[in-house]
Amino acid sequence: MSARPGHPPRTRSVGPAPTPAATPAGYAPLRTRGERLALRIHLRTAAACTAMALGLAGMSVLALTVGDFPLTPGEVAATLIGRGSPGHDFIVYTLRMPRLLTALFVGAALAVSGAILQRLSGNPLGSPDIIGFTNGAATGALVVIVLIGGSMLQVAAGALVGGVAAAVLIYLLAFTRGAGGRFILVGIGIAAMALAANSYLITRASLQDAMAAQAWLVGSLNAAGTEQAAAVGLALAVLLPVAVSHGRALSLLSMGDDAAKGLGVGAERSRLVLIAVSVVLAAIATAATGPILFVALAAPQLARRLTRSPGPGLVAAALMGALLLLVSDIAVQRLFTGAALPVGTATGLIGGLYLVGLLITEWRRGRG
Amino acid sequence: MSVTAHSQERSVADPEERTERRGPRPVVRRLGIAVALLALAAVVLLSIAAGAQDIPLRTVWEVLRHPDGSRDAVIVHDYRIPRTVLGALVGIALGLSGALMQALTRNPLADPGILGVSLGASTGVVVAIAFCGVSAVSGYVWFAFAGAVIASAAVYAIGSTGGRAATPDRLVLAGAAITAVLFAFNTAVLMVDPRAFDEFRFWNVGSLAGRYLDVLLPVAPFIIAGGIIALALARPLNALALGDQLGTALGVRIRRTRVLGAIAIMLLCGAATAAAGPITFVGLAVPHIARLIVGPDQRWVLAYSLLLAPILLLGSDVLGRVLGAPGELQVGIVTAFVGAPVFIALCRRRRPAAL
Repeated sequence: MSARPGHPPRTRSVGPAPTPAATPAGYAPLRTRGERLALRIHLRTAAACTAMALGLAGMSVLALTVGDFPLTPGEVAATLIGRGSPGHDFIVYTLRMPRLLTALFVGAALAVSGAILQRLSGNPLGSPDIIGFTNGAATGALVVIVLIGGSMLQVAAGALVGGVAAAVLIYLLAFTRGAGGRFILVGIGIAAMALAANSYLITRASLQDAMAAQAWLVGSLNAAGTEQAAAVGLALAVLLPVAVSHGRALSLLSMGDDAAKGLGVGAERSRLVLIAVSVVLAAIATAATGPILFVALAAPQLARRLTRSPGPGLVAAALMGALLLLVSDIAVQRLFTGAALPVGTATGLIGGLYLVGLLITEWRRGRG
Repeated sequence: MSVTAHSQERSVADPEERTERRGPRPVVRRLGIAVALLALAAVVLLSIAAGAQDIPLRTVWEVLRHPDGSRDAVIVHDYRIPRTVLGALVGIALGLSGALMQALTRNPLADPGILGVSLGASTGVVVAIAFCGVSAVSGYVWFAFAGAVIASAAVYAIGSTGGRAATPDRLVLAGAAITAVLFAFNTAVLMVDPRAFDEFRFWNVGSLAGRYLDVLLPVAPFIIAGGIIALALARPLNALALGDQLGTALGVRIRRTRVLGAIAIMLLCGAATAAAGPITFVGLAVPHIARLIVGPDQRWVLAYSLLLAPILLLGSDVLGRVLGAPGELQVGIVTAFVGAPVFIALCRRRRPAAL
């Protein structure tokens, strides 16, 4: 979970010597005898992550049971252990499970991508939505949809190429020296160009192509299948551990390059790795479902406020992203049964309204 | 979390930046104003002279002085001059509101798009098309304007909950939240109503084409009023740039400045977006370019933004007409493609000027 590995006394760089009494408030120590292995658990983070995981489990059951053919939880359980009827097998394994898994994986991938970028830039706006990765991916996809008229697979490939190209361009233009404000500014420049190109492509298209492109632009799980779930799941399985293992570097880099170097982090290399992780996660998620709105921006912010953790909070962000997307997908399927709305409309509405509510209550209480 | 703390701390710590902040000598600044005025005059003339209908320069000049009722005269007087005036006004409004926003929020990233104004206007247009059956640009104007005002008022109100001032990061976060909600609403409405989507997609690129006196007349008073408020705020904004406490110590009424600034932003930005559609990038880029030329003094930043923004907008409009001939590229697309590389080059060459 979100426990951070503590360090033996001699390498610990900040804070007092870890006598048992020195554990900071809000943390619980977890040590083996003689401190061969020591974990410091942020209690609130642990509680929040547990709650989110439980919520995810509950929502997953809901996602598998409700629908045009309602199943009982018992029937779902029977199907999952291989004792379902062929009809139930079809509903669970072919229709609902791929969509559920895609929602979970894409939500987590977008949230981790956003959490990394927000920490690196020290700015809540430093999310892939704002700085052009997703706009670039969308340009790639729109070129395929509008100009070539390609298949879904080609659209995904176009998105991947567009997203990575935008990211490489931003990196080359922004990181030739230092980071910070310039990174976001360059990203916004690239995003503006990509967005203009996208709007233009939409005016050039036939109404039918334009509608398809617009649906893709908001991000939809309507076409999610096994391939999408597998691709994003694989990316997440490989890249999330890489990101978490760079969590300490991420915390230090967000204090500035000099501080990070002073504390022994190879700033340039760590940043390159973290950015690469963030870009690939965002690009693959976008290729699978379209640029689902607001998850990358909101999930890390929501998770941070929920956990109030000083750490990088990647795991909490991942859980929050998965939860946000899953709840949104259930909402668009169940509340607007006829319209087949893209899930991005719900993530925008739910995430946005929730963020509004959260900001208001927090500011009422005089925080922030 | 803090949106600006990073750059501010650095600007205090970095001596190189401090010398940069003083800006160039007054003579250079005044000379720059003269150069900008000349450039603006040139773009205005170009905008009147260039277009789909090929009219010789001599004829343009002639019908300008003696409107003789010929076809060329009608084109120049009824189409090109209103379009040029509208472009200049929209440019001025975007430049001033961008400079004002960046100064008030002390956030170099603040931009009409980020603080919810553009999407408020878009939502107004979506509502007009989908629910009220309005189908002319001159009919959208009031809806777009109302949407922009309501959305930015909401952002400002959320930003100042708890009886405290609407600080930079509060406004940006509130703006991002409101933007997401509105965008989702718009998309949901447009997805189930293809006819509305078909109309909206052409408004949504940002264009000066087909907007004549019936669009110009309703928005002009708002832009002029907003512009006057903006210019009157230049001095208190300078004090505000030093931080709330220092500003108060210098005798600036922080709250009043913020409220007036917010009103000016709503007027300027709402009217500009209502008239021409969402034109990204002008409001964001022009104040940065102005600061790079004149340093942090808000009086000069506002003056330069006032001149540079219409140059960028009208220039882009002319370019779109030339490049897109026989049709045209909408101005919103050209500003992005002209403005972004310049902007990126400036960001790379120097550290983005801190406020």
